[in-house]
Amino acid sequence: MDIVYTIWLRSVKRYIRSKSRLIGSLGMPLFLFLVLGFGLNSVVVMPGIEQGYIGFIMPGIISMSVLFTSVFAGIQIIWDKQFGFLKETLVAPVSRLEIMLGQTVGGATTAVTQGLIILGLSLFMGLEISNIPGFAVAIVFMTLIGLSFTAFGIAIASRMDDMHGFQLIMNFVIFPIFGLSGALFPIDSLPEWIRSLTLLDPLTYGVEGIRYGLLGTSQIEPAVIFGVLSGFTILMVVVGSYLFRKISI
Amino acid sequence: MYAIEVENLVRKFGDFTAVDNLSFNIKKGEVFGLLGPNGAGKTTTMSMLSTMLPPSSGKASVNGFDILKDQDNVRKSIGIVFQDQSLDEELTAYENMDFHGRLYRIPKNTRQKKITELLKLVELYDKKDNLVKTYSGGMRRRLEIARGLMHEPQVLFLDEPTLGLDPQTRNHLWDYIDKLNKEKGITIILTTHYMEEADKLCHRIAIIDRGKIIAMNTSENLKNDIGGDVITIISPERDALYSAIKSIPEVKSIELHDSSITIGIQNAEKHVAHIVNVASANNIEINSFSIHKPTLEDVFLHFTGRTIREEEASSKDKMRMMRKAGRR
Ligand SMILES: Nc1ncnc2c1ncn2[C@@H]1O[C@H](COP(=O)(O)OP(=O)(O)OP(=O)(O)O)[C@@H](O)[C@H]1O
Ligand SMILES: [Mg+2]
Repeated sequence: MDIVYTIWLRSVKRYIRSKSRLIGSLGMPLFLFLVLGFGLNSVVVMPGIEQGYIGFIMPGIISMSVLFTSVFAGIQIIWDKQFGFLKETLVAPVSRLEIMLGQTVGGATTAVTQGLIILGLSLFMGLEISNIPGFAVAIVFMTLIGLSFTAFGIAIASRMDDMHGFQLIMNFVIFPIFGLSGALFPIDSLPEWIRSLTLLDPLTYGVEGIRYGLLGTSQIEPAVIFGVLSGFTILMVVVGSYLFRKISI
Repeated sequence: MYAIEVENLVRKFGDFTAVDNLSFNIKKGEVFGLLGPNGAGKTTTMSMLSTMLPPSSGKASVNGFDILKDQDNVRKSIGIVFQDQSLDEELTAYENMDFHGRLYRIPKNTRQKKITELLKLVELYDKKDNLVKTYSGGMRRRLEIARGLMHEPQVLFLDEPTLGLDPQTRNHLWDYIDKLNKEKGITIILTTHYMEEADKLCHRIAIIDRGKIIAMNTSENLKNDIGGDVITIISPERDALYSAIKSIPEVKSIELHDSSITIGIQNAEKHVAHIVNVASANNIEINSFSIHKPTLEDVFLHFTGRTIREEEASSKDKMRMMRKAGRR
């Protein structure tokens, strides 16, 4: 546990110090929020959602920022590899599982913080959410997205030698995961075959979970959301620690 | 009992054999040096012994623990200063130390005391709260060494520990390494390019070239292998000189190099006249003639036929710096 805490502490310190990255990574979500939210709010009618389209996409944009931050936090292992710091950790008498868990929890912490900042900003910009227990629910789902996708990033990083493949992963894995997730559109209105595709996307459940927490409605049963997302998180942590165990430097 | 036992250790990268059937033992409390040119396989050997790289074949144990079957105990027994930088630049020096102390489960009080003590030793205490990315190359090296010493391992690996340090700091560290070994009985295995370093610190030295040990002994005995003093002659007609001198019975060894001839001979002063006479009798011109007590440099030349110059090390310093600069 001490070791997990040690690794976590380092991640958090690095996160707090990199102010430019912190602010930079808020840019894209805010941009989407403003352009899509305010741009389409009056055009798109969302039956059953009081807050309108802007309220509808807000959980999607929070998920996006949790997703990107956590994948990025996991992939950072490659930097540690290149800068040599990973050796310092690997040569210590600690199990790789502890290192991996520390990294995962650290990544999830920064990702959830990032998500909360977006949430805070959107409240500030006039979005009204009154359901307090709903916040806790949303945070639980943000945490699950954070944990699973940091672990996912670690799994990828364990197999990559340098950052060259990063762009590829972003374009062919991360963006599709975001695009297909129903973050920006209601999955019920999709044609059947795309709908089944979105249901294969783990982020869909994250988005719906946060939506359930913040807006009180979701298109998937909350229990199903929780089950699928927890399962996915466990799977990713297992796969991530398996691949991380075999990392070579 | 041995601190390190290595038996027929081999490491291949593809078809290339980086470490070729290495066998040696290091006694507890010994300071053992691996001396060799670039690419000799020193770092690869260290990596295998520190469980960072699995061997292709052969076996080894550190502190009695097998490097493949008992990795966790090996890791508990060792400390290592890697050749390449392994600091977190976004953390301060203190935080890097603290991270290390926590990883090795050093209790808080001891940890804080050790960090202070070691940072003072390497003269970084005043800058302990500065981010490592603001440190110079030498400062980073000192920090890494301080960190490697923190948990007082039973076996300490130092891969070119003083690379890039100024002479004063280097002397400082030598004293400390020596003290650690004497007072705490820590077994030390170090690689180096600096002959002086190996000579001063190591009880025994293994000269390693192309993955093989080509000589292993105390510095004293290695020098004696050369056969007394060393005479270096520079001459335009080296081949002729070589055959002429070869016939002198007192000459223990004679070697022909790119620009010079080296002769191993006891009591060299007595034979100077004779050698010069032989040369002039054969009408061979001599450009320069020098006598010195053998150094490890000569030993290296003797065994490998090549020189291992300090320049090599300093050009590597530059590489290290450049690579670092390139990363950012
Ligand atoms: N991961 C690797 N893949 C392929 N070849 C490698 C790898 N690591 C080392 N080598 C090769 O193995 C040989 C030995 O390398 P090693 O780093 O052990 O040398 P060294 O004695 O430490 O040299 P130096 O004094 O330059 O540090 C070199 O020829 C190097 O190119
Ligand atoms: Mg090396």
